[in-house]
This record gives sequence, structure tokens and C-alpha cells, in this order.
Amino acid sequence: MSDPAPLLEARGVTRILQEAVPVTLVRDIDLTIGQGEFVSVTGPSGSGKSSLLYLLGLLDLPTAGQIFIDGIETTGLSANELAAIRLSRIGFVFQFHFLLPEFSVLHNVLLPMQRLGVLSDAEMMERGHALLEELDIADQAKKRPDQLSGGQRQRVAVARALANDPALILADEPTGNLDSKNSEIVQEIFAKLVRDEGRTVIAVTHEVGFAAATARNVHLIDGRIDSDTRR
Amino acid sequence: MFWQVALGIAAAQLTHRRRQTIVSTMGVALGVGFFIATSSVMSGSEKDLTRRLVDNAPHITIKDEFRTAAKQPVYLAYPDATVKLTNTKPREYLRGIKNYGAIVEELSQQPGVIAEAALTGQAIVRYASKDVGASIAGIDPEKERHLTTVERDMREGSLMRLKTASQGIVIGRGMSVRLGLGMEDLATVVSPTGLVRRMKVVGIFSTGNLLLDEGQVYMLVKDAQVLLDKPFIANRIRIKIADPDDAEVFASRIESRWGYRSESWQEVNRDFLGLFAIRNTITYSIVGAIMIVASFGIFNIISTTVMEKRRDIAILMSMGFRAFDIQTIFLVQGVFIGLIGMLLGWGIGLVLLQMLASVEFTIPGMSEKQGIVLDRGFFQFALGGFFSVVSAVGAAWYPARKAAQVRPVDIIRGAT
Repeated sequence: MSDPAPLLEARGVTRILQEAVPVTLVRDIDLTIGQGEFVSVTGPSGSGKSSLLYLLGLLDLPTAGQIFIDGIETTGLSANELAAIRLSRIGFVFQFHFLLPEFSVLHNVLLPMQRLGVLSDAEMMERGHALLEELDIADQAKKRPDQLSGGQRQRVAVARALANDPALILADEPTGNLDSKNSEIVQEIFAKLVRDEGRTVIAVTHEVGFAAATARNVHLIDGRIDSDTRR
Repeated sequence: MFWQVALGIAAAQLTHRRRQTIVSTMGVALGVGFFIATSSVMSGSEKDLTRRLVDNAPHITIKDEFRTAAKQPVYLAYPDATVKLTNTKPREYLRGIKNYGAIVEELSQQPGVIAEAALTGQAIVRYASKDVGASIAGIDPEKERHLTTVERDMREGSLMRLKTASQGIVIGRGMSVRLGLGMEDLATVVSPTGLVRRMKVVGIFSTGNLLLDEGQVYMLVKDAQVLLDKPFIANRIRIKIADPDDAEVFASRIESRWGYRSESWQEVNRDFLGLFAIRNTITYSIVGAIMIVASFGIFNIISTTVMEKRRDIAILMSMGFRAFDIQTIFLVQGVFIGLIGMLLGWGIGLVLLQMLASVEFTIPGMSEKQGIVLDRGFFQFALGGFFSVVSAVGAAWYPARKAAQVRPVDIIRGAT
């Protein structure tokens, strides 16, 4: 059998913070995630959920082990090469929206596209509007982030994560700051991205409801995978 | 594409904190403006003074003396021997430049060179039973016109009348007032050796220099030779050359050719030129300090921005911006402040120069009003602009590097 390379693969990933007393964030993580999976990562606080997500998203470098994205080994790549992979293949959504306060909603969504510089200005505008439309916030395009509600801001952050059409969306407690109604909306958005667009979403969450809605759940305890269940 | 993003973010951050941006830009602008004004005044007065030094006097003066006393012949005959002579004096020369006509002739053949043989000495000018000590300069009026500014300073009569009048003298305004000696009056001139001659005033000059105005008397060189009892003798050869900056080299060539002591204007005015160097050091230190203070303003605003924008930096990096991109965003802000500061500073500089140019004051002892001499050179503006941009980039460099070193994980983890 010759399976195509999985979208994301971690082999023996370990991250130790070199402090006065070394702190092990995650240890010996082996994980393979394919195209179109919706994965939730759960675990008690301090179990290394977020740390694992940052490692998978190439924001942090493992102390040992390898991470492959689309079959590309990322170990040993320069900071600039890692940035290039993040730019085109990975979209991040964090607990806080982290929108740039000086720019309009639309401009925030355009930033990753402008940095990538593949599309023409007109195409970027078109795609930006389309993304806002898709997330049902097109009418807010010209507003500044601080004029939006929490749920709207988080949707803008999702639109920004989708800007360069990445196959992989990494979300770190994306509903952690939202009320239950907005939380549901965001969950539904992620589900749609997987279902309708075939993207892969990995979301760290401590909400049982969110985790239950995903097809696969990875549970961490003390930096190790405790269980990896598919429904 | 990248520049579009970087410039966009930089501009957005600058305009977002408008007041701080304006304050630090004004800091740079004032620095540049005062730099231009100060260095224009300093450079202007230096050029003015130098011009006066160069124009008012010959570039080089050959004197009838030697830099070192003549050696005893025995030292010349046995240069390596150990010889001790006692109770000897250096050989006495007859004062005066030997064969000065030939020297003047040879020098005058070089392009752009004007050489004039002159005889100077001391005498007393007596009129209506009052005496004034005077320096006599026996000159050639035709050449003197080109050597010094005395022709320009003539108030009555002219230097050229020396040639037509018999036994004419040209005196200063000060002497004229002290002795009550006017045009066409006959003064008595007494030489140190006791020769007495009656000479007619054919010109009066006023230079503003008290020493010259009260004590200098010009006459034809042959009249001076008779008066001072030194027939066929000149003790100065005064030279003007094409480029005053070459005077030192030219003087040393003359000195090695004929042996006579040859003083360039730089040598005579060494103390002045040294003063300029000290003055320039002080000026540029103070102005440099202004620019450093201004650059602290830039450093401050960029550092603050970097501190405040750590979240934005983290999200930009997680989006896929490189460390270099982040550094550029903040460096661009420094450059922008430097450039705008430069342009505003040029405006301020122009206004300051306009104000300085309209200032007039009277120096005690001078009858005419004086303005500040300004050097409105392109150079001042270019240098001021250069300093502002360099200091802005320098000040932004460190905080921009700090921004590039932000680890996004630390910020994002800290925020949750």
C-alpha cells in the first residue's frame, strides 16, 4: 500500500524547557493526522495541550523528535523556512483574537495574503470579502476590531487564519473567551471547514461539549498521550 | 508586496500614537534646524574671516631674514666633526633681499602669481608740531591693488595717485584726524636716521583696523628707499598666488630656492586657524548632542511601541512573518521619523537663517552696521539631513532587533 503522506505527523516529539529545573512540556508524542480530520486535544491544565499545538504549528521547536507537514521534515529548517510554511500552510486561531487594532477588519484578513504576495490586490480584496461573507461578518468589514463583539472578533480571527487557504487550522482554546451561543457558532464554523472544505482542524479545548463534537479526541496527561479515540 | 505590508503596518502604528510621533519628529526637526543654523553661522563667519585674512594681506611674504642664524664656516666644512667654538657671533648680513629684482621677475613668470618688492621701515610723521609714529611701506601701487584691499578702502584720493604725484603719501583716516592732516597737505616725514622730507597726502584710507588707520603710511618704493637711506634695497617681497590654499607649499618652495624666510598666510595666522578648529569641535559637539537627545526620543517611542505591540508581533510571526520582516517594520518607523524630521528641520533651518540674516548690530569702534555672515551652503542641509536619518536609524535599530527576537509562544502562552 502506498498511502499519500499524512498531512501532519509527529514522531517522538519531546519539548523540555531548559530552566534552572528543566520542565518537560510534552514527551514522546507520536501522532499522525490526515487530511480532513477534526481533532480535539484535551487534558487537564498543564498537561501540555497548548505546547503540543505550538509544536505542531512550528511556533516552537521540539527538543527531540520530528514533525512532518505534508511529508516535509521540519527539523533543521531555518526560522525563515518555518515562517514560510506557517504563512502558506497553517492558520492559527487563539483564545484571544489578536487582531491588529490599527487596521480595519478587512485589512486584518488581508495581511497574510499581502505578506504571501501571490494574489493581485483585486483578488485579495475579493477573497477577503468572500471569507467575511462565509463567516457572516461581511457587514463589519470596514469597522475596527474594538467596535466588534467578542464573537465577531473571533470570527474575523478565523477568517484571517483562512486567508492563505491553509490545509491545516490550529486552534488554541478558540471558544475559551466566548459565551455559549458564540461558542457554538465558532464550533459550527470549524465543523463546516472540515465537512465542506476538507480542511484539517486541530483544536485544543477544555470544553467537554466541543470535544464531544469532534470525530477524534486526543487526551493528554502530564505531557503524554493518554488516549487517542475516534468516533 | 512585503514592503506594502511593512510600510502599511509601520504607518498605522505611527499614526495610531500620533502625539508621540509628532513630538519625537519635532525633536529631530529642531535638531536639524538648529544644526543648519549653527553650522551656517559658524561656517559663514569662518569663511568670512578667512577671506579677510587672505584678501587683506599677501598670501606669502618673503622677508630679508633667515629662519636660523648662519652657521660658522667650520661646521659647514666638517659636518661630522666635533667642534666647539667660543666667543663667535653669526655672520652679519647687510639687511635686505639680494637681487630682489630677479626674484620678482622669476616669480612673476609663473601663472597667476603677482609679486611685488617692497621696502618697509619706521618713520615719524609730523604736522603742525604734532608727531605720530608710522610704519612706512614703500610699494608699487599697480601691484599693491591686487595684493591687498587698500585700494577698496580708499576714502579720498587714490593709491594710483602715488605714481603721478611727486613725493606722495597715502595715510589712514585715524592719522589724518589725529594730525589734522588732510588731502593735499604737506607733512614732514622723519626717518630714524634723521632724514627729513616733505611729502604730500594724496590719499586717505579707512580699514576699520585702528593699528593700520593710525599708523600705516604708503609711498612709492623709491621714495621709501630714499627716505630710509637704503637705495636699491627691498626687504619684503609680497606675493599673491592663484589658489590661497597652495600658499604653504609655495612658500616652502620659495624658501628652499632662495633661503629667505617666506611666510604663508596660514603660518602667520596659525593661531586663528587653530581657533577655528577648536570652535568647530565645540559647535559640532553641541549640535551632535542635540541630535543624540533627539535620537533618544526616537529610541523611546520605538521601544515603547515594541513593548506595547508584543502581541501584534507574536500574531504576525505566527501568521508567517519572518523576524526580518518584524525588524523592518520598526526600523521603517525610525527612518520615517528621521526623514520627516529632516524635511521639517530643513524648513526650520530656512526660517532660522532668514531670521539670522535680518539681524544687524554695531561693533564698538566700527561705524558701519554688521550683519551675521551666513554660509547658506547645500552642504549644511545635506549634513543635517544625513545626521537625522543616521541617528533615527541608529536609535530604531536596537528596539527593532528586540522586536525581531520576540518569541511568539511566550506572548501567546502569557496571554491565556
